Order: sequence, then structure tokens, then C-alpha cells
Amino acid sequence: MLSRIAESLFWIGRYVERADGTARILDVHLERLNHLPTEERRSVARELLGVMGARPQSEDFGLEELLHALAYDKHSATSIAGSLGAARENARRARETVSSGLWESLNTTYYGLNQHRKDVVGTYRFCHWVLERTAMVSGLADTTVSHDDSWLFLALGRSLERADMTARMLSTRDVLSAGMSWVNMLRCAGAYESFLRTRRAAFGDQHAAEFLLLDRLFPRSIVYALSDADECLAKLDPSAQRVGFINDARRIVGQARTFLEFHRTDDLMSELPEHMERVQKAVAQASDAISRKYFNQADELAWVGEVS
Amino acid sequence: MTMSDLFQDYSEAAGRTGAYDEMFAPGQKARQSYGQVAGALRELSLADVSARADSMARTFLDRGVTFDFAGEERPFPLDIVPRVIPADEWDVLERGVAQRVRALEAFLNDVYDKMTVVSDGVIPRQLVTTSAHFHRAVHGFEPAGGVRVHISGIDVVRDAAGTFRVLEDNVRVPSGVSYVLENRRAMAKGLPEAFGQQLIRPVEEYPRRLLSALRKTAPSGVDDPTVVVLTPGVFNSAYFEHTLLAGLMGVELVEGRDLICRGNRVYMRTTAGEQRVDVIYKRIDDDFLDPLQFRSDSMLGCPGLVNAARAGGVTIANAVGNGVADDKLVYSYVPDLIRYYLGEEPVIANVDTFRLEEKEAREHVLDRLHELVVKPVDGSGGKGLVIGPDASKEELDALRKRVIADPRGWIAQPVLQLSTVPTLSGDKFGPRHVDLRPFAVNDGDDVWVLPGGLTRVALKEGSLIVNSSQGGGSKDTWVLAGSPQVPVERLPQQSITVRERVSVWPVESNWRDRQSEQQQQQISDAQEVTANA
Repeated sequence: MLSRIAESLFWIGRYVERADGTARILDVHLERLNHLPTEERRSVARELLGVMGARPQSEDFGLEELLHALAYDKHSATSIAGSLGAARENARRARETVSSGLWESLNTTYYGLNQHRKDVVGTYRFCHWVLERTAMVSGLADTTVSHDDSWLFLALGRSLERADMTARMLSTRDVLSAGMSWVNMLRCAGAYESFLRTRRAAFGDQHAAEFLLLDRLFPRSIVYALSDADECLAKLDPSAQRVGFINDARRIVGQARTFLEFHRTDDLMSELPEHMERVQKAVAQASDAISRKYFNQADELAWVGEVS
Repeated sequence: MTMSDLFQDYSEAAGRTGAYDEMFAPGQKARQSYGQVAGALRELSLADVSARADSMARTFLDRGVTFDFAGEERPFPLDIVPRVIPADEWDVLERGVAQRVRALEAFLNDVYDKMTVVSDGVIPRQLVTTSAHFHRAVHGFEPAGGVRVHISGIDVVRDAAGTFRVLEDNVRVPSGVSYVLENRRAMAKGLPEAFGQQLIRPVEEYPRRLLSALRKTAPSGVDDPTVVVLTPGVFNSAYFEHTLLAGLMGVELVEGRDLICRGNRVYMRTTAGEQRVDVIYKRIDDDFLDPLQFRSDSMLGCPGLVNAARAGGVTIANAVGNGVADDKLVYSYVPDLIRYYLGEEPVIANVDTFRLEEKEAREHVLDRLHELVVKPVDGSGGKGLVIGPDASKEELDALRKRVIADPRGWIAQPVLQLSTVPTLSGDKFGPRHVDLRPFAVNDGDDVWVLPGGLTRVALKEGSLIVNSSQGGGSKDTWVLAGSPQVPVERLPQQSITVRERVSVWPVESNWRDRQSEQQQQQISDAQEVTANA
């Protein structure tokens, strides 16, 4: 397939997952933020934005600004509206490749972005709506697109972004001075019920963190998302060698996953921030390596001559 | 509300235009071809019609059926009343369009070769060589596949007497066929009642026909040709059409930067390396196609394409340099070209045209600018066109100066009262002017004309300008089938034959028994519940 289209599909996967993750994080934290005194609320809002990878535009940064920055700002790739707009724009450029169902669901989502109240009350509904729409987009991508290279690029973007989002979700725990309850953290990832059924008796910080970080069966856990990405990469490049990897992305993703998977510790909680930082770094590096290998359009528009 | 309310004042308004109305004969009697449509509309109230129109518009926006105007995506307004063409009229149009395409094809082959048309005195040499779209870069070779006008759109209008006339030929990059396909889908949902008894000819085979013509004209020696659609990119006004056609044909939609020419062959950059391209359906103007030959600042094309075409390494559809055939001054000679190349009389007449480079005609026209339409010869999309009766004195003076400065650049035609079709406007139907662009696909052996084509409508009362960039909309165009042999659109069949289930897969030996057992269990459960209640 065309490199340009592959790149678009990869980014559709990333942006949709980013919107989904951001909506989950915003939804849960909004509840907490509302309980805090005004002063603390401001500093927490600032830090939360930082975890999501953006800086406040002005000194005066409060709850409203946070909502704008994470939910409604169409010009920022960090916000939900910005991500969904970018996903739709990528789909518009790859429209002949994706199924009409996938394109239409992204297109109607884009037109639906404006139809919400932009205050705190409206934002709860907005987040909920976003989760519904992203689930629909993912479902349509899985059921109406052939699972060939085009889908693999989409799924690859989705799983890398998912690992990144779960890492950010776990990082937000330190943002609140009171500490984010693990119940809420699990709810945020939609993992609460799965967790309860798996770890009945052993309830506590350590176990919850382990679940979101290391569980091999829960799809939003970091290890699961990274092995998903690894599988996509393996299928995209079937020329696997008997020794080593020539594919940088596979090496980076594989190393990050195996380190987590085989790591042994008694104090996961104190190591958590370091793990999260490394996961995010690995995702960024893998994304770069994928761009270099598959999407590179760096060759300029040039005449290469009659014979060469 | 009844039909008489929605059509209140219609005949009066139609009378004022002085045009031929497609739906109603004088006295507001629906023409025979419109019987079914009139019947369906009669049943509808204003609220119903508006709700349907809104839902059709919403669907277009959701599906992204839009055109780009000044950087903004706009839905292309579709009116709920279709334009209906009876079988006998279509027969004439179909023959006339195909005839024209054959003549223009022959003309282009001649112009880029020996120019016998000039040496035989049919048209002046100067006329060809001064055309802005006569490209010397493609002189002297026959394109791979042997076809130049793969896709064409021949604009026809109906004058006040009800006669079809050709208004202009488009053999470069005619657009609009995507709306033909989308309009039919939308109408099947918006006004299903009108599809009932009538036999309407389908349009959906267009992409198949196009793909097969493109593959057939691939360079010789290629067994399984790779076809691509070349788009200038997402900001082009017809981008939607490019994606739709590429999607429906199942081929890649490429931009110039996806292509690379090497050794007179064209390749596209894919995730699996470079892949050879054999046929390019070019949706980009010649001027931007190849910076080596044309505009050197163009980033939209790919350097080397023209050389590759000359060497026979790639088919470009439509061929480079076709613009010389749809120059509006050449248009005025097309009836002569038909006689010259085909030895036939034109099936559809031209609109009377004054050639302003002829002194006598020019003097005559300059005195009457206020009653004529004056058009630039190489314009498209209604750009630069001046309608005399609607223009101010200043505009006419400016026009006069420009015509005197460059008489080769302009033609003049009488103002035609284009035919009208009822069109929803506010709370009633009013007569609005329409044109028609039938599309033809030429595979080298045969010219196939898509039944119908794009009917564009000027949504403003009294306006004669139908272009989408200037407030035009469109209508679904129905060609009625004359004989039962012709394929037609049908509603889903009412009676469904029940297919007996046959099982050939191995099943557990007692599976069937258990199933019936379970069903019986359920039935008795249900009975119990009812008994308890």
C-alpha cells in the first residue's frame, strides 16, 4: 500500500485511541477536581495538563481552561476534539482505502463535537459520548476493514497509543495530593470488574498497579498493548531473521515489554514513575522508527533521469 | 397541504421565465414521463417534503459528499425533484454525445499528428496553434493504448423550443460523476415512491466501465495493469470525487509526491517499496502535471510523466493536450469536424456562436453586448463569463476593452433560456433553470454513455448560472427505459423465496434432537408463564 496512506492509517489508530484515553482520564479526574479547594484545584489542573503532555497557555489556568485544553481545543493534538479532528482529517485523505462505515463514523463524530455543553456538567456527558464513538470506530475498523496491512497499521497505532495512555493514566496518580484511589484508577481504564474477578482477595495499590501494568490478558494493560504492537510489527515485516532484528521498532517495543514482563520487584509502587517514563519514551521512539521505515517521503520531488 | 399548494403560482412563474419546463406542459399538465414523480409529490405535505430534504442533506454531510469551496467543505445541494428524460429523447442524446466524442478523438489524433484538418481547409492553422491548450510537448506520438478522450462530459441544454443543443465539450478533466452516483443513492431513500412502476436505468456500473476502459488502454505488453487515480490533493474542489472513484474502482488514489519516474516508467512509493504504475487517471490540469514540461514550480505533479507517456511506458487518461479540443472557439467548428472526420450530420446542434476574431462578427457583437453571453474560450466552471442583460454598464465597458484587446480569447452566444424543472425553494416549488452533463467513457472500441448524467440547477430564481461554485445545486437524472430489455433500477422484490436449510457440515449426532428438545422445553415454559398470569 501507499506509504502516505499507511501513515494516515497509523495516525487514525493513534488519534482515536488518544481521544478515548483522554476522555477516560478527564472523566475520572473531573470528579476529584470538583471536590478540591480553588487554589489546589488550579495547581492540580496544571499538573494534570502536564501529564497529558501539554503546557498551560497562560498564567491563569483553572478548571475551565483545563476543560478547554483537554476536551474542546480543536487546534491541539492533546485534546479530544483536536485528536478526533485529526483522525477524521487523516481518514479523509485515506478515504478510498478505509471502509465507508469507518469513514462515516469518524466524519459524523467530527460533526458531533460541537453539539455539547462545554461546562463541567456537559463535559461528563461529552466524555461518555466520546467513549461510545471511539468504541464504534474501533469496532467498525475491526469488522469492516480486511485485516491486511492497512488494518495492521491502524492496529499498530492504536496499541502503541494505548500503552502510552495507560502509562499516563498511571502517572496521574501522583498528581493529586490526596492520592487517586485505585478503585477510580481501575474504573478509569474500564478494568474494575476484570480486576475484581481476577484478584478477589488481594486488593490494594500494589495489585491494581500490577494489573494495569503487567496483566497478560487485560487489553488495556501496558504489557498487553505492547505485545499487540509487537504482533502487528511482526506481521508487517515477515522477513524475520534467525538472529536479531533489523527492524528498530520491533526491538524497542520488544525490549520495553520484556523488561516489564520479566522484571522482579518487591516495591513496584516506588518504581512506578520510572517505568511510566520509560514506556512513554519507548512508544515515542518506536513511532519514529516506524515512520522512518514505512512512511518516509523524505525523497524530494525530483527528476531522476531517463535511466538510473 | 396538497400538490396544488406546493405548486401554487408555479405555472405563472414558469410562464415568466419563457423557458421550456421539463415537468409541465403549458397549462400545468404533467408530461407523460413525469407521471410517477407528479403522483409521488402530490401525496406529500410541505412538512414531509422539508423533512425529506433535510434528511437528504444530512446524509450528504455525514457521508462527506462535499465539494471544497474557498477552503471549506460544503455539501452539494441535491433537490428532491428529479429530472426525467424519456427514452426516445435519451436515444438522441446518447447518439449525439457518442458522435461528438468520436469526432473530437479523431480531431485530437490529427492535430497532434499531420493536421490534415488544416491542410484540407476545415479549420485555420492559427486557430489550433494559438490555443492555450495546444501542447507541443505531446506532438508527434500516439499515446499508449491509442485513446485520448477516455472520459468526457458534454454539456447540453434545452432551448426555449425544447430542442437539445450542445453548450460545451469537456475532454480534459470533466468532473461531477460522483454526484450522479451519490444522488441516485440519496433519491432512492428520499423519494422511494417515485421509483415504483417506472423503469429507470441504473448508473452504478460507471466505475466498472471506467476501470475496464482504463485497463484496456494500458501500454501494450502489460498483462495485469495497475491503475491509479492522480489527485492534486485534499484541497482540490473535486477531492471527494477522486476518493469515490478510486474507492469504487478499488485502485490507489495517489498524489504527485507518491509517484516517481525512472527510465520512462512510473512507480509509486508503497510500504513494500516501489511499484510499477501502468495507467494514470489524471485528475489534475496539464499545466501542473509535469514540472519538466509545464509549470516548473508545480509541486502537484511528477517530473518525467510526459516523457514516460511519449516513450509508451504509461497511459495517461485523459491524454495530455486535450484542451485544444474543448477550446470554445474550436467548439464552433465541431459540426464541421463531425462532417469531416465521420461523414455524418451532427445529431445534436451547437448553440449559435459568434467568433470574435472575425471582424464582421466582432463589430456586430460589440454593438449588442448587452443582449449576449460572452465567454472566454479556455474557461471552465463559468469563470469569466458575462451575461449581457445582467451586467452593469461598467462591466460591459470593461468587457468591450478586453474583447478588443484579445479577440481570439472570446466567443459570444445569444442568451439561452435554459429549460426549467420544479425545485424546492422555501415553502414551495418554483421553476429553476437546469443544464445536463452526460458522461461518456471511451475504451478505444466503443463509446459508452452513462444513462443520465449530472443535472445542475441554478437555485436562485431566474439565474442561468448552474455552477456549484456560484450557488448551483444538482438533481438526480432519470433516464426511462424504453424497452424491457434494458437493465433498470428496481425496488427490492416483495416476495422472498424461502430457502430450505441444507446441512452438509458434520454435526454432533444428537445435535438436532437436542435442539428440538430445547425448543419444546421453551414452549412449555412459555405456556407455564401464561398459565401463572
